[in-house]
Amino acid sequence: MARRWTSDLSPRDVTPERAFLNRRQILGGLAAAGAVTLSSPRARAQEALEPNSWEEITSYNNFYEFGTGKDDPARYAGQMATSPWTVAINGLVDRPGEYAFKDIMARMEIEERIYRFRCVEAWSMVVPWTGFELADLLDMAGIQERATHVAFETLLRPEEMPGVARPVLDWPYVEGLRLDEAMHPLTLMATGIYGRDIPNQNGAPLRLVVPWKYGFKSIKSVVRITLTDSEPPTSWNVANSREYGFYSNVNPDVDHPRWSQATEREIGGGLFSPRKPTLMFNGYEDEVASLYEGMDLSVHF
Amino acid sequence: MTGRLNDALRRVPVWPLYIAGAVPPLWWLWLGLTGGLGVEPIEALEHRLGELALQVLIAGLCVTPLRRHLGVNLIRFRRALGILAFSYVLLHLLVWLALDVQIPAQIWADIAKRPYITVGMAGFVLLLPLVATSNDRAVRWLGPRWRRLHRLTYLAVLLGAIHYVMLAKGFQIEPLLYLGGIVVLLALRLPVRRRLLPA
Repeated sequence: MARRWTSDLSPRDVTPERAFLNRRQILGGLAAAGAVTLSSPRARAQEALEPNSWEEITSYNNFYEFGTGKDDPARYAGQMATSPWTVAINGLVDRPGEYAFKDIMARMEIEERIYRFRCVEAWSMVVPWTGFELADLLDMAGIQERATHVAFETLLRPEEMPGVARPVLDWPYVEGLRLDEAMHPLTLMATGIYGRDIPNQNGAPLRLVVPWKYGFKSIKSVVRITLTDSEPPTSWNVANSREYGFYSNVNPDVDHPRWSQATEREIGGGLFSPRKPTLMFNGYEDEVASLYEGMDLSVHF
Repeated sequence: MTGRLNDALRRVPVWPLYIAGAVPPLWWLWLGLTGGLGVEPIEALEHRLGELALQVLIAGLCVTPLRRHLGVNLIRFRRALGILAFSYVLLHLLVWLALDVQIPAQIWADIAKRPYITVGMAGFVLLLPLVATSNDRAVRWLGPRWRRLHRLTYLAVLLGAIHYVMLAKGFQIEPLLYLGGIVVLLALRLPVRRRLLPA
């Protein structure tokens, strides 16, 4: 099941940041010299993706368990113990149980995915994740026929998480996907960034990445995955259903009630960073639009 | 005790307050240009200016209760506080317009469509006649009407705090503390309270 989706420009599983930069320069140079012709429009779209720096990706985070400030996670998430780590996989699966993170890693095929990341707050980054397809993990547990949805839960450990002392959200943080969304080849369980272990503030040791949805759907530091036969509750939807829908697909035409989603600002552009148009499904329309055929996306936002 | 304090305060010149007040925005602008505000300096600058504006507006609201209930007279500094607060609100607005939203069509759409922006803009507009009449000549010209006009501050500050509460994601305590503090400071001014308190 792994490698069902590839970006033509990430041939290696693991690429250090410097190599990323060099490779772009080399490719840029070759392309300019006419030595490289990229095969498809999709490949060209990937080519245009320039990953944010390690510093940007790891210093500007929303992980409210550590506080609501963007720098709180980088400051406080270091206290979170991530080893040993187990993920409970249960509900409508053939092989429920507590899966040790290191056993999961031994069985999954790790690959690199350079994805756009669009926050509901109208900022965006490009992140070079490493990880495995969620589908592979779910297949490992054996999905039962009746399952229609997947529920996820973040670690809740108040002694290591200063933010949960405040009732910003109803802890623990929970998220959910429809089963077909969960099984989609783009849907990743990320375990690394730039080929390094994922830092705590980004959701160590493993977090969901659903690149066509707003960032809050991509739940961090997952400790439980439950296959269900109904739509599971999701934290932001519970907190404010008018503002945050279950689907939360990136959609420039459906505004957040309090701000426009038509444009976004890429992190890293400095004080005069321009806004750029937000893409339908965050640029993954070709891959995922069929999942929502016939649905009114302004109703199922 | 308060007499000696007030005597000492009378000898403190007001102008250094303007100089000190200019420091934070300039310092943050410098930090923003040199990477010191993190990887998203626009949001950081916008939020810091907005929060500072609220803090200085609150400081201005404290002047009267301090004098009335504790006998400490800071009235000489109140105009500077008001003008500084307005300057911060103006800078906050300019950062939002020029650096954050950028797109003119979207600016008008936001003001009309987004309640928290409508509320913030209303607060800003209410401050305009106040800053325009913050000079001695206007005070003389308006006479007793000046005090009535400047009661608009109460509404403007309240709108500022509501603006802050409205833009928070999830249940966050800090904006509510600002709003609560402002409500208390305004409640201290209610005529009912005045009669209940010993003269």
